[in-house]
Amino acid sequence: MPTEIGSPDAAAALETRHLSRRAGERVLVSDVSMQVSAGEILAIVGPSGAGKSSFLRLLNRLDEPTSGTVLLNSRDFRSIAPRELRRRIGMSMQTAYLFPGTVAANIAFGPRQRGEILSCAQVDSLLERVGLPGFAARDVSNLSGGEAQRVALARTLANEPEVLLLDEPTSALDETSVRGIEDLILTIVRERQMTCVIVTHNRAQAIRLADKTMVMEAGRSVTIGPTSEVLRVG
Amino acid sequence: MLAELQNSIGNDVLMGLAQAVGAIALCAAVVALCGWQSVHVEREAAVSMVRGLVQMVLVGAVLALLLSGSLPIGSLILLMMTIAAAFTAARRLKGMSGALPLCFWSIGGGAGTIIAVMLVTRSLQPDISILVPVGSMIIANAMNACAQAIERFRAEILAHVGQIEAGLSLGAEPSITVATYLQSGVYASLLPRLDMMKSLGLVWIPGVMAGMVVSGANPVYAAIYQFIVVAMILAASGITGLVAVVLMRAQVFSAAAQLTLRPTETQRTG
Repeated sequence: MPTEIGSPDAAAALETRHLSRRAGERVLVSDVSMQVSAGEILAIVGPSGAGKSSFLRLLNRLDEPTSGTVLLNSRDFRSIAPRELRRRIGMSMQTAYLFPGTVAANIAFGPRQRGEILSCAQVDSLLERVGLPGFAARDVSNLSGGEAQRVALARTLANEPEVLLLDEPTSALDETSVRGIEDLILTIVRERQMTCVIVTHNRAQAIRLADKTMVMEAGRSVTIGPTSEVLRVG
Repeated sequence: MLAELQNSIGNDVLMGLAQAVGAIALCAAVVALCGWQSVHVEREAAVSMVRGLVQMVLVGAVLALLLSGSLPIGSLILLMMTIAAAFTAARRLKGMSGALPLCFWSIGGGAGTIIAVMLVTRSLQPDISILVPVGSMIIANAMNACAQAIERFRAEILAHVGQIEAGLSLGAEPSITVATYLQSGVYASLLPRLDMMKSLGLVWIPGVMAGMVVSGANPVYAAIYQFIVVAMILAASGITGLVAVVLMRAQVFSAAAQLTLRPTETQRTG
């Protein structure tokens, strides 16, 4: 029987309650509580070592919280099987980490884990969505950094997640590619009414993308609120 | 048993000691030659030779006692060897909990299965003087196979943490995310044994055959028996490598399918 926990904000698609993680003596994430609604983008900003990536890894349970929990649509994430949880909370990492082989094989990887075979048309459609039409048969070793990042995003989207976690998705890209990926993220999140949490060290990017922003320092959430207020836009 | 020991200290031993003195004299001449070129290893060479001779005489004396024992004693010796081999192989997994039982079951599973098969098929006589030397060869190779498999598997995992976690993030079973690296581990454990098999008779004539020929066995039979032993070593290594990486795979993921074998987490900068 799944555990249902009532949320103070009924609209919150993703919520953390007093989420913490320690690694040995070091506190990586400390008592972070936040909520994100469907169709909303939350940016996490802060200096290096603030615990941004560590926090993101807790959301799809790549790491285990030391205390606190995560709620996905008001349901405690520990009551959801890890594989199912990770399909529903998709994550695209700072490095694309594509698997050796073709672009199409990478995109079909997630659905194949559940026994679903993506058709060529479905693969092509996803590639068009990320601005890479005709890339299906390409070997991933021949892709540029921006192309690899787009394929990684398409691979995550192939699982049709409810929540999209993005860890510095543009940190290794040139300015043109950065804007392209940002436009893509905005379009996809708005179209699919997804919940998105993006880690970025770039405050300007947070302003361009995020409805809400959380500033982290030393593993703690220092401020969270509308991006226009938190980052004092304008 | 004491009578056996007394018998072993007979003419053969005296002859052996005389030959050892000849070997020492030859080594001393080489040491002197080195000294002539200002390479001074006199003291170290003297200590090493005395230690080596004393150790080997003691091992011979212990073996003389043990080899007169029964099959249960032989089995006990092989069990002790397996435990010692597990301790040695487990050093490659420093810091991982359960490394010692992992290595013990891998080596014991690989070597034990093959020794049992050889005993059942009568390709290994249940005579302690044959069982212990052949068994020890199989255990020693299983130990190396275990160490090579887990070392490669560990190195591959640490080198591909990103790919593995990308797979986990896409909802893959942990076993799927490390399948390629598991294969590399097993292959690494088999490769030296495959090379050994390929070079058999061409590059080297192994000890069992040499010993059998020296003790008067038909050289053709000795060669075939040596092939059987090397083939069994290969089989034991394959089982050991496979069991080791499968057991290790179960240890590198948590119950919540999280990769627990990673570079130090506190080094992450995000």
